[in-house]
This record gives sequence, structure tokens and C-alpha cells, in this order.
Amino acid sequence: MSGVGGVNGVDASRARTEPAAAAPAEARGAGGTGIRERLADWGFPVLGMVVVIALWWLATVVFSIEKFLVPSPKDVVDAFTEHAGFLLAQSWVTLLETVEGFALSIVVGVPIAVLIASSRLIERMIYPLLLVVNAVPKIAIAPILVVWMGFGQLPKIVMVFLLCFFPIVISTASGLRSTPAELVELVRSLDASRVQAFFKVRFPYALPQVLVGFKVAISLAVIGAVIAEFVGADAGLGFVIVQSGASADTPLAFAAMALLGLISIVLFYGLAALERRLLPWAEENR
Amino acid sequence: MIQLSHVSQVFAGRQGQVHALDDIDLEVRRNEFVTLVGRSGCGKSTMLRMIAGLLTPTSGTVTVAGEPVTKPRRDVSFMFQRPALLPWRPVLENVLLPVEILGLDRDSHRRRAHELLELVGLAGFEKRLPHELSGGMQQRVSLCRSLIQNPNVLLMDEPFSALDALTREELSVELQRIRMEQETTIVFVTHSIEEAVLLADRVVVLSARPGRLRRIVEVDIPRPRTLGHNAHADRVTEVSAELHELLMPVRTGETA
Repeated sequence: MSGVGGVNGVDASRARTEPAAAAPAEARGAGGTGIRERLADWGFPVLGMVVVIALWWLATVVFSIEKFLVPSPKDVVDAFTEHAGFLLAQSWVTLLETVEGFALSIVVGVPIAVLIASSRLIERMIYPLLLVVNAVPKIAIAPILVVWMGFGQLPKIVMVFLLCFFPIVISTASGLRSTPAELVELVRSLDASRVQAFFKVRFPYALPQVLVGFKVAISLAVIGAVIAEFVGADAGLGFVIVQSGASADTPLAFAAMALLGLISIVLFYGLAALERRLLPWAEENR
Repeated sequence: MIQLSHVSQVFAGRQGQVHALDDIDLEVRRNEFVTLVGRSGCGKSTMLRMIAGLLTPTSGTVTVAGEPVTKPRRDVSFMFQRPALLPWRPVLENVLLPVEILGLDRDSHRRRAHELLELVGLAGFEKRLPHELSGGMQQRVSLCRSLIQNPNVLLMDEPFSALDALTREELSVELQRIRMEQETTIVFVTHSIEEAVLLADRVVVLSARPGRLRRIVEVDIPRPRTLGHNAHADRVTEVSAELHELLMPVRTGETA
């Protein structure tokens, strides 16, 4: 009974595969390009990274470079695992400073950009001042911030703010000024109030540009936090790097640097993902 | 409905003053379809902008429904050469923009927006974003938007001139159909003689620099009119020829 059933089963499956042979072949072909695409997207970058890390490792072994000069990848990973809790806590400190300073620069920068874009008079008053402030290298201000505000979180947040503020103001203001003439006329022909024109047309139209400013700013934000921590801090990844430099614990410094890179990347791509979600109509997101 | 009396417009140009319009007198009756034709620079768009309240005449007065125009009116809507859609708003929300700005009832106008979109063949596209539509479809959305508040006057500034010939003809036919369902006074600026004749009850011909009212031609061809299969094609050609003659000598006179 079971034997007959088995034979029938085989026959049936053969009958099914033959006429349908073309379809699975096509599906297989499509799967192949899918894998190739995924390989191009993820595989090659990962491969590149693996090769570089392998070369790094090889170099530390072949040239027997001292651990305190250039640690091997394994030393760095060991530093990670050894100080995991500590590093995580310091990362959290730096991340908070970065995000708070960035948020502050949005809260202050966007309204100022609105003012600049809405009035030529205000623009003429504020703009040269902004340029002068921006022309001063921010690192030069860092020690003074410590004098003013001590070793706490505040001078770090202010430093992040100083770095983020300018790109956000510039790109928001230029976005607000780039409303196409036909949309300006449309709003006028409907006799819209200034407030309506702003919220219904000008501001949404500026958003892609605003996001450009945010993305520039977020990359600078992490730099600002680390600079401020270098100058005077008792916590944060910048503090860890300074401390481990002083005690020649280079693997720990490398681990902290890797974490800084990770924070930067996560913040930037988080923002990029938010942009794609919120502004699917913007040209660069289509 | 619309009255222009002794309207002149002078712009201060780089080489002194430019007379864009000179002593224009025109009356547009209620529910009339008037087209303004003329060569570029004859001030036809300027005239439209003055009726819209976007521009104040240097001298003379413009009245709509008996009231002098000092700023854009709620019962007058303007359609531009470009669709001027908000790229982040889906089609339906774009059509409803005037409703929001003028503070009208959203629910009843939402229904009307659906009707209008259906009328121009865009039913089912309500949720699309403008960049997903062709140029012709975008301009149809723009047309719906300019009709959403049931305007007494619709001012159209070369609305189909950026479209390909076939889409353009389609839209001309649609515009006539919409107008048969809904009475509106329309002033339509174009530089296409055929379009002017196809659409208008009266064609107003302007001469250039300074823009003067040269002639008003009555078009008595029955509606609906089309360009291709038309029993009145001869009459369209005849009127077009007349307009050609009116516009062309001016050109040779000027270039000579």
C-alpha cells in the first residue's frame, strides 16, 4: 500500500515539474540577482572591512608593533570586554551631551533662521555677527567654556551647540528662502496670511534643506562633545581617550574611538532614515 | 462681472519706463469665457494679475462684481502656467489647499474635491504625490484646486502652454465640459490662436508695447467645440485666420 503510494507520489511530482520547469528556472534567476544585489550592498563593504582588519592584525604581528603604539584588533576587543560596563557608561555620557547640544541648536537655530528669512533688516543685523562667531575656531573657545562652566556636562553641551548651530541656521534660512515663485504667487492669490503661508507652504518646502543642515550638524556634534571632553572632563569617551593616552593604555583608547565612530554613524543614519520616512516627496528620497 | 476702465500699467525698467498696458477698457459679462491673445510682452498676463488683485494698476480702475479690486478676492481664483502643487501633499490635499486657507467647511469640500477629480479623470489618484503624476495630470489637479471654492471668476494664465499638443487639446475639451456643469466667468490668457478660438465666447486681441486693446472678436461657434472632429471646423479656421491677420501685421510693423 505504502509502496504504491510512494510511486504515485513520485509520478505526480515528476508530472508537475516538467511543464512548470520554466517557472522555477526564472525564479532561481531572480533569486540569483537578489543575492548578488545584497552582496553588493552588504557583502563587499563587510569584505573590505574584514580585509583591512586582517591587514592591521597582520601588520601588528609581522612588524611586532608594541601594544601601546598600535594595538592589534584582539587587544582592542579585549579592552572592550574587560571594560564593557565602564565604556558603556562613558558612551552614554558622550551620547547625551551630543544629543542635548544638537537638540539645543535646533531649538535655537531654527527660530533664528525663520527670523533671518522673514526680514531683510534682521538678516542684516544678525548675519555678519553669525559669520564672525562662526569664523572663530570653536576649539579656541573650549578652555574658556571650562573656566565659565566648570567640568560638568554644560560646557560640552554648549560646545556641541556652537558647532551645530551654524549649519542649521544657514541651511534652514536658505531653505525658507527657496520657495518657488509660483508657490509664492499661489499663496498670494489665495490671500493667505503670513502665518498660513509659512506653515502651509514655506516651512514644509524648506524641510529637505533643513534636514541637510541637521545631517551636517550631527556629524559635527560628536566632534564638539569630544573636543570639550578633551579640554576638561571627568566623564565621557573623550575623557577616556585622554586618560588612556596618559597611561599608555592604547587599546582602551582605540575601543573608545571605535565607540565614537559607532555613535556618529548611528546618529547620522538614524537621521537619514527619519528623513526618508518623513519626506518621501523630497527629490533626494524618491 | 469684471470691468476695466482706463487701465494703464507702467513698469519702471532699466531704460526708463515701460508701458505694459495703455488705456484698456474692457467688460467681461457674468459667465462669459474671454480669452486674451497677443504676442509675448503685450501685457496680457499683467492684465490678468490686475484682475486677480496681485498687481495694482498705475492708473484706471478694475472692478469685480462691482467692487474695486485692491487685493486678491476669495471668489476669484487663479490658475498658473505651472501646476504649482505642493510636493508633499497628496493630490486630494492639494485640491483642498484653498479650502484650508480660506477657512471653508472641509467635509463638504472633500466631497466636491472627489467630484472634481473624477471630472478630470483622476479618480483613484487621490493619494498619489504630485511627482508620481505626468505634467498633464498635475495641471488637471491644479485645475481642480482652482475650482474647489466655486469661484465666481477663474483667471487662467496660459495654463496649458507647458503641455504637449494632445494633452493640451484634451484639457481644453475638459475645461469646456466642466464649464457646462458649473457656471463661472473665465478670463484665459494664451498665445495660441487656435486655443483662444476653441474656448472663447469672445477673443480679446491685444497689440504689443504698449499693450492696447486692438480688437474683440465674437466666436459664435456652438459648444462643445473640439479641434479634430468638428462640424464647425471651417468656422474655427475662419476666425483663426482673422485673428492671424490681426496679430501678424503688428509683428512685421514692429520688426521693420
